Amino acid sequence: MKVPSLRAQAAATVAILAAGFTLVFFYAPLDTEGFIQKIFYLHVPLAICSLAGFVVAGIHAIRHLRSGDPVHDARSYVSIHLSVIFGIAVLATGSIWARAQWGKWWVWDEPTLVSFLIVFLLYVTYYPLRYAIEDRERQARYASVFAITAGAFVPLNFLAVRLADPLIHPRTFSSAGGLPGSMLLTFVVCLAGIALLWLSLVRFELTAKSASAKLARLRRALEGEAHPPPLAGSRIAPGLPSRTASASWMNDPTTPRS
Amino acid sequence: MPALPLDEAGKYVAAAYVVFVALILVYVAIMAAKLERIQRELGELADLAEQKHSGGGVSDV
Amino acid sequence: MSARTSSFRAFETILAKDLRVELRTLQSVPAMVLFAVTTFVLFRFGLDRDALSGSLAAGVLLATVLFAAILAINRLFVAERDEGGFDAIRLAPVDGTALLAAKTAALVVYLLLLEAIALPVFAIFFLDSWAGLAPLAGILALTDLGLAATGVLVSAIAANSSARDLLVPLVLLPLLVPVMIAAGGAAELLLANGGPSYDGIAKWLGVLALYDVVFLLVGYAVYDFLLED
Repeated sequence: MKVPSLRAQAAATVAILAAGFTLVFFYAPLDTEGFIQKIFYLHVPLAICSLAGFVVAGIHAIRHLRSGDPVHDARSYVSIHLSVIFGIAVLATGSIWARAQWGKWWVWDEPTLVSFLIVFLLYVTYYPLRYAIEDRERQARYASVFAITAGAFVPLNFLAVRLADPLIHPRTFSSAGGLPGSMLLTFVVCLAGIALLWLSLVRFELTAKSASAKLARLRRALEGEAHPPPLAGSRIAPGLPSRTASASWMNDPTTPRS
Repeated sequence: MPALPLDEAGKYVAAAYVVFVALILVYVAIMAAKLERIQRELGELADLAEQKHSGGGVSDV
Repeated sequence: MSARTSSFRAFETILAKDLRVELRTLQSVPAMVLFAVTTFVLFRFGLDRDALSGSLAAGVLLATVLFAAILAINRLFVAERDEGGFDAIRLAPVDGTALLAAKTAALVVYLLLLEAIALPVFAIFFLDSWAGLAPLAGILALTDLGLAATGVLVSAIAANSSARDLLVPLVLLPLLVPVMIAAGGAAELLLANGGPSYDGIAKWLGVLALYDVVFLLVGYAVYDFLLED
């Protein structure tokens, strides 16, 4: 399967996202909620992509456990990482929306938002978990177990929270079936744009990791084992290879081993 | 009609989109820092390789 | 056939060993009970109430049970890690799930013992009527299964990490939110002011049961990977 280059993918992302936002402000009609409703086109796609990203990470984790190929672990890690970042955006935009709509910075009777908060809190623990396990292979394995467990948790949690609160505030999305065509189109374009954004950023980050890893390899080849490379990872991503790492996934995390 | 009311609602909507853009830009900035480090190391290794090459190409493996 | 028998035998042996050790050393259960009773007292003063009903009663009871469970979950694999129990399981021709099942069963037993004492104490401290207690015990049993399923999984993950005591509560608590929601919803009905009501309790039972099934399955699916060296 021919995968488009990162450059082409990024260009598509920009184009579609720009189109989406243009539609939001110049095409989509106002509804009963007023101008505030425009946040919906940003907040909901971010939430959907974030949650989907967590599930995708779980799938990568399953592949990692089955094959042992560290490439899948890298993909799982980066998927969770980007989904957490998107999650921050979801919570921030959700909070702003709550404040604008109901006057409070947080509302507990918005089941989607609450359920998302819980999922977010869970996935944030992914980082200290990875950081606390020294052995590289074991760390990857346990992280995969976590990603699978947490992935199974997401739908369960959503169900439970939804049941806990009768829907006082009609969820804009539960009335999505009743979204007028123009709003639906705008929403779909924004969703596509955000999804592409997620995919592009994941690819971007995996490429950066791969470059770092190759650099480490190069350094080792030039200097020999006596001079191990400096810490190849940044503080932001604790799961990256340490100076003594020999995990072969470093060779190229963007393409799977044969 | 792209009415952009600069009343209360407008500020919140703007805030939400600003947060989104800010997050993306922060991410880009961090990746830029990573890229810079990769660039620097690559330069160092290139120097090292040239050194070895001109120094008779003796490997210390 | 013999593999299954030997797996079950392994399960029995490990479970018996854990229960025997607990009986002899009394590490987990007394601490859990003491913790629960003290926490009840804290709540009495923290909330400034000496009688509870409905959602408040449910919340106090379940939060206390949850936190007490963490005490036991923290210690679940300590012996295995320190004395090479993991290696023994790996070397024996036995399914790793025997260890998983034994630990889950042991944890359920500890929690049942905890509740056998904590529930009456709670009733004495806070409840006006004991009418809803019997069905509540049933809800708690279902909750224990969920607590154990997730607890064993998280405990196994954390057992081999350096920040063990921190990781367990950190990772476990978000995972237990649905349990809290469902058990709390059911308990709230059973401890309602005018006497237990069963209106709508079925959906909470459904969620609890679903949670138990999902996490038992997940544990079963991933356990071997946790046992690998």
